Amino acid sequence: MWSRANLAGAFAFLAVAVMAPMLPAWIVSLATIAFANAFVVLGLVILWRAGLVPFGQALFYAIGAYAVALIGRYTGLRDAFLMVAIAAVCAGLVAFCVGYLLARYRDIFFAMLSLAMSMILYGVLVKTETLGSTDGFHVETPTFLGYAPRGPALNLAIFWLVLGLSAVSAFLVALYFRSIAGALAVPVRDNEIRAEFLGISVTRLIHLKLVVSGILAGIGGALAAFSVAHVDPNMSYWTTSGGFVFVTILAGTSSVAATFVGSFAFEMVRSIAVDILPGTWQMILGSVLLLTILFLPDGLGSLVSRFKSRRPKTP
Amino acid sequence: MLTALAIFTDGLVYAAYLFVVAIGLTLIFGVMKILNVAHGSFYAFGAYGAATAVGIYFDKGWPVAGGFLFMVLAAMLIGLVIGIVLERGILRFVYGKDEVVIVLVTYAVFLILEDVLILVWGTNSYSAYQPLAAAGNFEVGALVLSGYDMGLIALAATLAAASHWALKYTRYGRLLTVVIFDQETAAAFGINVTVVFTLTFVLGAMLGALGGAVMAPKISVTLGIGVEVIVLAFAVVVTGGLGSIEGALLGAFIVGLCRAAAVHLVPQLELFVVYGVMALVLVFRPYGLFTQIQPRKI
Repeated sequence: MWSRANLAGAFAFLAVAVMAPMLPAWIVSLATIAFANAFVVLGLVILWRAGLVPFGQALFYAIGAYAVALIGRYTGLRDAFLMVAIAAVCAGLVAFCVGYLLARYRDIFFAMLSLAMSMILYGVLVKTETLGSTDGFHVETPTFLGYAPRGPALNLAIFWLVLGLSAVSAFLVALYFRSIAGALAVPVRDNEIRAEFLGISVTRLIHLKLVVSGILAGIGGALAAFSVAHVDPNMSYWTTSGGFVFVTILAGTSSVAATFVGSFAFEMVRSIAVDILPGTWQMILGSVLLLTILFLPDGLGSLVSRFKSRRPKTP
Repeated sequence: MLTALAIFTDGLVYAAYLFVVAIGLTLIFGVMKILNVAHGSFYAFGAYGAATAVGIYFDKGWPVAGGFLFMVLAAMLIGLVIGIVLERGILRFVYGKDEVVIVLVTYAVFLILEDVLILVWGTNSYSAYQPLAAAGNFEVGALVLSGYDMGLIALAATLAAASHWALKYTRYGRLLTVVIFDQETAAAFGINVTVVFTLTFVLGAMLGALGGAVMAPKISVTLGIGVEVIVLAFAVVVTGGLGSIEGALLGAFIVGLCRAAAVHLVPQLELFVVYGVMALVLVFRPYGLFTQIQPRKI
């Protein structure tokens, strides 16, 4: 539990948390949305390790975000922790139901069907007037266990919330990867039939992974809703899912820490690209994606392990 | 009765449009096993190209009939160029990689092409209403039908028949069938698979551009049309069975009719119904309507 990687991770999170008030506001808000999205990517990594690429993870992301927004609109509940918890449960329930269908598919069909699921939600959101239709609607300001900040303090509080939850879930996901269910991802990806002959129900395993990744995406959506203070149907559109897949490619699936670094790098690249070359930022993103797939197929995370393996090993 | 008739004609028109858009996608997947996200870009480029071509042609005041031909040829020329550049320039380096990885490569290409589109045509909207107006309307009973829509249906039917004939009775079609069945064996028998791949991809790209071209007069040619159409085309080909042209035809029919019914009866469900139908079909036929179930390899 107190391994070096965990301690280093905890230290990094603490350092960022302490530094946050001194950083410029735009970096804090960029990091907030980047880390919120990193939750979704974390869920993608879980599925990716089993060889599944969901092209519709925005479904759970949007469920989480809309759950938070709807709670704020129709109830008096304002506590951020409770709202995030409810959002996570909602997304988890949806993932559980959808999972009965999705867990039967692999490869491209899995990708396409999950895409269809998110597009169904998009269709519903766009056409439902009470949910704000294409404009979406405003998210109420949350409170934190009775603490109700305003203005810059609010942004900082949301950032700390995101950071704290990130640390916890990073730790839990790392733990999951080392658990039996997590470790089984590799045999499932390599050869599913052999895994089944060893007595493992692959469908149930994938169902479980779907629910876990759905919960993570729900939390990510809820946190993103807090940070942007607005939800709209585009959160469930397929390009949003594509963005998450993009970050997963960029970060690679080898480590949990890379997810957060990759997500931050993605938001940085995107905002710089939009700033400098507003007309061509998609082109830059596309080129980065293409180059990553061609020359760094295991993502940024693999750079670390490459570097490690180059160092001479002491006997 | 009138509503039923309206649903049927609208559904048929929409199905024709879906089929024209989806056939290139399903062809490329069937032969190359590439699910081509950049197909949306072919469509968009075709639509922009057609809009420009129509603008130029009709400004000159040349005979109307040639305008249709000019529009289609311009778009298909664009499809030809983009198809060759993409296949030779990028895709041939990733053959043999995982199917899903290739999807992501085409996604990257799609993102790049979206901005190329902006660089070439800017952010303005274009309209190409002239062919639609030139084709006129005619009345059948109480229904007013657009001549252009009927032409669209005829085009889709021709494409379906032509592709069926080409696959079954031409040399290239037979070669294609062999490559679809087993690429390695085909290569061992002396079929030049590389050339077949290039031709197929270029043909698929031209069909995608054609889809954009014939739709250009009916829509406002604007940013984001490629993004929308690609998921629609996916839904159609997945419903019918990836890689099957008959499947794309049937998928287009089902999706087209269901959407038309939704538009006329419960407009709120318009977008929902397309993907709802797809999910429903997949519940019962996990790999679409027209796909043979593949034996799993150990």
